[in-house]
Amino acid sequence: MQQAPVQSSLIKQTPSAIYRLWGDRIFLSVVLLLALSIVALTLGLGYYLYLGGSQAINKEGFWGFLTGTTWDPALKLEFGIWPYVLGTLITSFAALLVSFPIALAAAIFTAEYAPRWLAGFINYLVDLMAAVPSVVYGIWGIFVLAPFLREVIYMPTFLWAAEKAPGLVPFLGNPAGYGMFTGVVILSSMIIPFTAALSRDAIALVPAAQREGAYALGATRWEVMQTVILPYARGGIFAGAMLALGRALGETMAVAMVIGNSNVLPYTLFGPASTMPAVIALELKEAVEDLHYSAIIGVGFYLFLIAFIVNVAASYLLNKLKVGSQRA
Amino acid sequence: MMREFKPMASSEMTLDPSLKTRIETRHVTVIYGQKAGVKDVTMPIYANKVTALIGPSGCGKTTFLRSLNRMHDLTPSARVTGEVLLDGINVYAAGVDPVEVRRKIGMVFQKPNPFPTLSIYGNVVAGLRLVGIRKKSLLDEAAERALRQAALWDEVKDRLHAPSMSLSGGQQQRLCIARALAVEPEVLLMDEPTSALDPISTQSIEDLLTELKNHVTIVIVTHNMQQAGRVSDFTGYFLNGEMVEFGPTSLLFTTPKDKRTEAYITGRFG
Ligand SMILES: Nc1ncnc2c1ncn2[C@@H]1O[C@H](COP(=O)(O)OP(=O)(O)OP(=O)(O)O)[C@@H](O)[C@H]1O
Ligand SMILES: [Mg+2]
Repeated sequence: MQQAPVQSSLIKQTPSAIYRLWGDRIFLSVVLLLALSIVALTLGLGYYLYLGGSQAINKEGFWGFLTGTTWDPALKLEFGIWPYVLGTLITSFAALLVSFPIALAAAIFTAEYAPRWLAGFINYLVDLMAAVPSVVYGIWGIFVLAPFLREVIYMPTFLWAAEKAPGLVPFLGNPAGYGMFTGVVILSSMIIPFTAALSRDAIALVPAAQREGAYALGATRWEVMQTVILPYARGGIFAGAMLALGRALGETMAVAMVIGNSNVLPYTLFGPASTMPAVIALELKEAVEDLHYSAIIGVGFYLFLIAFIVNVAASYLLNKLKVGSQRA
Repeated sequence: MMREFKPMASSEMTLDPSLKTRIETRHVTVIYGQKAGVKDVTMPIYANKVTALIGPSGCGKTTFLRSLNRMHDLTPSARVTGEVLLDGINVYAAGVDPVEVRRKIGMVFQKPNPFPTLSIYGNVVAGLRLVGIRKKSLLDEAAERALRQAALWDEVKDRLHAPSMSLSGGQQQRLCIARALAVEPEVLLMDEPTSALDPISTQSIEDLLTELKNHVTIVIVTHNMQQAGRVSDFTGYFLNGEMVEFGPTSLLFTTPKDKRTEAYITGRFG
């Protein structure tokens, strides 16, 4: 208690200190309150999804609901969401795999190689791609992409396989144009801008001294990119990829419009499939049975869990990758 | 391929004609946008000698140094005119690959810039890996030699694979010196390499320069007059982007020809 008199005399000397002290406290309280509201919102969301879905989840069991392959809201009232989980995971990760090299190449090209005007133009297009509503991608998918892929890829491949490699046919599936592959293509083009924009920013933020250090060792442009710039920017690039993955996991309309919406396993390359967001969007308005309704909310709960797990894993990895998390 | 240094028309220096010139700059001017960083510098850099560049802050020492290995190529706003002859060949001539130039002319920067994603060891051998050396024994050997030369070996030999950012600022600078040395450049440009170092490490680096001279040509920028006096054979004094005076260090420090040089070295500058 030696400190107390000193402090109070300080406060007396500067009357504004009391005001400032209070200002500090109020500021802290407001910030804390707002921050906690995010925690409450997240937990509340998860909790109410669970509550809403509990009727169906309890009926099938926590794992049974997840791993069951029959989704029959009409006759048997049996609910297993595995086909939707699989569809979501496959399309999302495949889309990440397809879009990542393209996005990274675009970022490298615009950040390091392209003349200024071209880089500006490409960056503008990338940003525009992110701003296009997903239903527009869906329309484009239905009327342009799916017919195009059917004519140019699916049918020729299918016909070729039917003649030359009949063993492949069951894996190819129905080449109608609406299915997994088309979903992946559309999803890839939708998530490119997220990886591209974050990677581009991360590359631009690599200090000039780092590049110069590599150039001074006699590195070529590509070697500088490989040995210094990309490693330094890897945190931002990874964050971009995770943002893209998150978008892909939750993407609803565009995918629902082109994927064919069939939950019959096994899925095939070209044939129809379905995803968790798609089944929610498509069946929610038609659900009459309480149990069906609850099952749909249950799908939302598991989607929430997947997003949560992906995020936790991503932030763990991000911390490991980030440059500057060590001593600066 | 060495060439004799032919005294410049305006030269008033006493030069030993037996000296070999490794680099010769002719009317080097560097312009940042509109503003000149270095104006019309013509000077020799003798082989196997240490050349010091001194002058007040902002006078263009770094700018000049960077013109020697084409580092300005990376600064869009910078434009270099004039010639930098390395063994008689203008490094700015069409057809000269700047990558080759920089392999021959190494550089240590004013601020330490280790690569943070690489370990201590990874930093030292980064340049060797670039030229395709993969053999572990070779890399290990080169890393140890370079780290010893940079007076860092004893401090890091037990944690070669620790992150480079776990080193102190002065250690990082010595790591950067080791990194530059590992590729065994013919010419080494050092921009205030010891400004962040303690007296003991500074001493080691100065000893290193004297030893390296046998096979490397060194250009060192320094704010430390004593250091220039101790380690360099030739000194150039820069002021406002111009080279005011150039000559053997012993002469320049004892009998400067220019009043401005005299004012600077006797501490009456400004
Ligand atoms: N990238 C740049 N763009 C514009 N101006 C620059 C740039 N780099 C240096 N300059 C300017 O050129 C002049 C010379 O700078 P330089 O860094 O060569 O000085 P210096 O002698 O190395 O100084 P110090 O001893 O402080 O390191 C300064 O006026 C500086 O402001
Ligand atoms: Mg400088």
